[in-house]
Amino acid sequence: MDLLIELFSEEIPARMQARAAEDLKKLVTDGLVEAGLTYAGAAAFATPRRLALTLEGLPAMSPDTREERKGPKVGAPDKAIEGFLRGAGLSRDQLEARETPKGAVWFATIERKGRPAAEIVAEVLEATVRNFPWPKSMRWGAGSLRWVRPLHSILCILSDEHGTEVVPLEIDGIRAGDTTRGHRFMAPGEIKVSSFEDYVAKLKAAKVVLDPVERAEAIRHDAAQKAFALGFEVVEDAGLLAEVAGLVEWPVVLLGDIADDFIELPPEVLQTSMKEHQKFFSVRNPGTGRIEKFVTVANRDTADHGVTILAGNQKVLAARLSDAKFFWENDLRTVARDGLEAWLDKLEHVTFHARLGSQKARMNRIARLAARIAPDAGAGAGDARKAAQVAKADLASEMVYEFPELQGVMGRYYAKSAGLSEAIADACRDHWKPLGQSDEVPTAPVAVTVALAEKLDTLTGFWVIDEKPTGSKDPYALRRAALGVIRILLDNGLRLKLDHLIDAQILEHHIARARRKGVDDGEIEALEATLDEIAHHGVFGAAFKAVLAAFHKADKAHAVAEGTYMARIGKTVPDLSDDLLAFIHDRLKVHLRDEGIRHDVIDACLNMPGNDDLTLLVTRARALQAVLETDDGANLIQGFKRANNILAQAEEADGVEYSYGPDVKFAEEETEKALFAALDAAEAKIGPAMISEDFAAAMGAMAELRGPIDAFFEAVQINTDNQVLRRNRLNLLARIRDICLRVADLTRIEG
Amino acid sequence: MADTTPTQPTSFQEIILRLQTYWAGKGCAVLQPYDMEVGAGTFHPATTLRALGSQPWAAAYVQPSRRPTDGRYGENPNRLQHYYQYQVLIKPSPPDLQELYLGSLEAIGIDMGLHDIRFVEDDWESPTLGAWGLGWEVWCDGMEVSQFTYFQQVGGHDCRPVSGELTYGLERLAMYVLGIDHVMDMPFNAPTAPIPLSYGDIFRQTEREYSRFNFDVAETEILFRHFEDAEAECKAILAHPATDPKTGSEIVMAHPAYDQCIKASHIFNLLDARGVISVTERQAYIGRVRTLAKMCADAFVMTEAGGAGAVA
Repeated sequence: MDLLIELFSEEIPARMQARAAEDLKKLVTDGLVEAGLTYAGAAAFATPRRLALTLEGLPAMSPDTREERKGPKVGAPDKAIEGFLRGAGLSRDQLEARETPKGAVWFATIERKGRPAAEIVAEVLEATVRNFPWPKSMRWGAGSLRWVRPLHSILCILSDEHGTEVVPLEIDGIRAGDTTRGHRFMAPGEIKVSSFEDYVAKLKAAKVVLDPVERAEAIRHDAAQKAFALGFEVVEDAGLLAEVAGLVEWPVVLLGDIADDFIELPPEVLQTSMKEHQKFFSVRNPGTGRIEKFVTVANRDTADHGVTILAGNQKVLAARLSDAKFFWENDLRTVARDGLEAWLDKLEHVTFHARLGSQKARMNRIARLAARIAPDAGAGAGDARKAAQVAKADLASEMVYEFPELQGVMGRYYAKSAGLSEAIADACRDHWKPLGQSDEVPTAPVAVTVALAEKLDTLTGFWVIDEKPTGSKDPYALRRAALGVIRILLDNGLRLKLDHLIDAQILEHHIARARRKGVDDGEIEALEATLDEIAHHGVFGAAFKAVLAAFHKADKAHAVAEGTYMARIGKTVPDLSDDLLAFIHDRLKVHLRDEGIRHDVIDACLNMPGNDDLTLLVTRARALQAVLETDDGANLIQGFKRANNILAQAEEADGVEYSYGPDVKFAEEETEKALFAALDAAEAKIGPAMISEDFAAAMGAMAELRGPIDAFFEAVQINTDNQVLRRNRLNLLARIRDICLRVADLTRIEG
Repeated sequence: MADTTPTQPTSFQEIILRLQTYWAGKGCAVLQPYDMEVGAGTFHPATTLRALGSQPWAAAYVQPSRRPTDGRYGENPNRLQHYYQYQVLIKPSPPDLQELYLGSLEAIGIDMGLHDIRFVEDDWESPTLGAWGLGWEVWCDGMEVSQFTYFQQVGGHDCRPVSGELTYGLERLAMYVLGIDHVMDMPFNAPTAPIPLSYGDIFRQTEREYSRFNFDVAETEILFRHFEDAEAECKAILAHPATDPKTGSEIVMAHPAYDQCIKASHIFNLLDARGVISVTERQAYIGRVRTLAKMCADAFVMTEAGGAGAVA
């Protein structure tokens, strides 16, 4: 038999349709299979007003089943037996006592008759509708059922060569039937349906294209044709295409004009107005390279072939674009008159966060950090500082106030019109990036520098005021900021001492806070004096202690005494810094897991020095993962672990650490001598490879030890009675451990 | 034009009159605007409070609305600091609410055979009212002409039954129907009237006056004080015991308290337009208004109109 289900409702949000169709298919098929009803094929579809599912090749009945269950012992308490009966759905006289090696035991045989498909379908569909995983659902009228929007009717039929039956089913007063409706405006009448083929054909006759892929393809094709006829081309946009296909049941493509007045607007402004607000496709003139027309997709045919609809759409677009043009021209006038300064002054009055000061103060902090990062990113410190200072100026522009999604993009235009360099203008546009997992990462040195500084300033700031993400709450998108730092560093292969930068920026925040709180100028000056030291030379904790010591020596002990601002910072900053670095490491683990790198491999590398240099860390992890995927590598780990375990036991038992060099003159067996030679050879390769950070070479050399180590364990007994030999062999194991641990902390590797 | 087109309206007021007639014909009580400054038709107690509780309700009304930040001195073709919304609220939402709504568009002269009407996802939320619902913005040929919402929660209370709410932005809708490009050029009464008046004749001057007042003149110190007063008054009203000492009967003063909530909300909007509320403070002010809205909702559901005493 074949099953056809349609859930007919008010308009389903376009972005939810594809997922809903998949969920419908999965929930229904899973439910049927669990109830013993198999099927040959399934397909699900969605339109703005319906979810549909067709299943082919269902049996008329589920098969009979027979299950035997072992129960309590004969003579067990009544309670136990009753419980067993309840579970099995039987009565006591249906049990059978059987002798087992453990005595007489009750057995139940549960026989289930197969059930008609319709009965099972009704149960499964009701459960599906009641538990549907909509991202957001609602109630309506006086009912209690939840659906994405009011659910109006359910079509549910089983059909075979003998005919069609309606599956008897009623959910919250909605009785399933064999009818649906066509297009809301063009064919609103009821349609009676006898099978899936009949359904698709009758819907099409009633101006509904059921398959979203077919609708999308029709839109793509017609739009391309219409543009091509004029020598134009449609700007491809798969996301928009899918969305628009979810807004119409009967797509009709219309090509419209953008009035000449607006063609000179930045293309991003045109596209934002058209795509985000109107769901229009942009149409480019290949001759001029500009966006000069648009495609809109209507949901119906009209007697005037869409003339009224197109005129309306053009008018709406013109109204939006004249707003945009007004803002654009005002902004350009402002920049021509005052440069970007007027906007920067305005940002002094815009609070970024009550406890982190104004946007302008933030930009100045970012500028100082950018200047520190610049040399390592290959950017000029002056350029980086300037770019950071103006990067967010466009937040105060009229255009960005009206179209917030254009921030950055407008910043680039305004920076250029203020006479700043391309590199700085690009940084204004790109320093926000990457905004999401799929967003691109900046690559130009100035943009990279400002983007990193912006994110590190945000992270350190919220760490200082203790507004870290917890559980699912991350209102300031700090996880995204950390991932941004990670991707910028890794994609550009940058080598930065994150630890130092974090320390320095945490101190920046403290200085800013101290200023706002009116802390004594002398203290602030002293703090500022330490900033460069920290950024260049070292971990904050150490440096700060040195500063405190210096103060004591210089007879300024009162300045750093218990309770002063300085003393307080000295106590909290190192912890915060470690905590933030650990947070970034956690995000890195998630990021690398998506790339297929094992979490234990990352742990093994995190435990090595220099782990605040993410590029180095990841190079090491990738090399380790690669070597573990080889046969030698995987086996070497076993050898390493064996050596490490034996050593740990011996060290525990003997109360000593075996770290003296073993001597080859005590080597008795050939394999033992061979291991000495192999270790010498490996060490000779690993040492220089580690210095040049060639982890692949180092790990390759390490993996070559696999053969000699295996052979050694095969032939040699470590714990001999001869204490000299035993000690020498334990020291030999210690050398294996020592050499391997130089590459990564292999004790962290699982398996 | 197809010959099925109903006669076309010729003025702003005719569109309003047709909506009134249409919804009256569909059984709504046609109410009058609420006599206070509000940001949207939703604030009218006929929507906010009546969406609560189990009592059936059907009302339609015009509500003058004020959004001080949208003032453009009467120069922007589409933006006004004072404008009109048409609001319909029916509880429980009838199963054919979409069809009823489409009928209202036909009534004002939109020919369904020539236009492209779309229901595009737009979930509504009012942080100041502690309210949210699911629905759409309705597009006519790419232009948003209405908001269509099934209320799920108001003042922190689940709506049972659910109300269906329709909100028409009257100026925008009328400009579209009448084919007008600048709001100030729109005929307010019939162009053939002995004294024809345009929207601009009536509102250009007030838009200029209020824009200046809202952006630059409204005395913020006084406004901050008024906000505090309204907040305190709202709470004080609700703190009174339900039993009226004079009449001895139960009188919960949900509406007088709610008036103060409306007042606080409008004062907040003015302060916002004056640019004296920072981004973070903004959230705090919205939270304070929401607290009032919730208290009023709590009080309203204790009243007869709020369904108290009705069989659940």
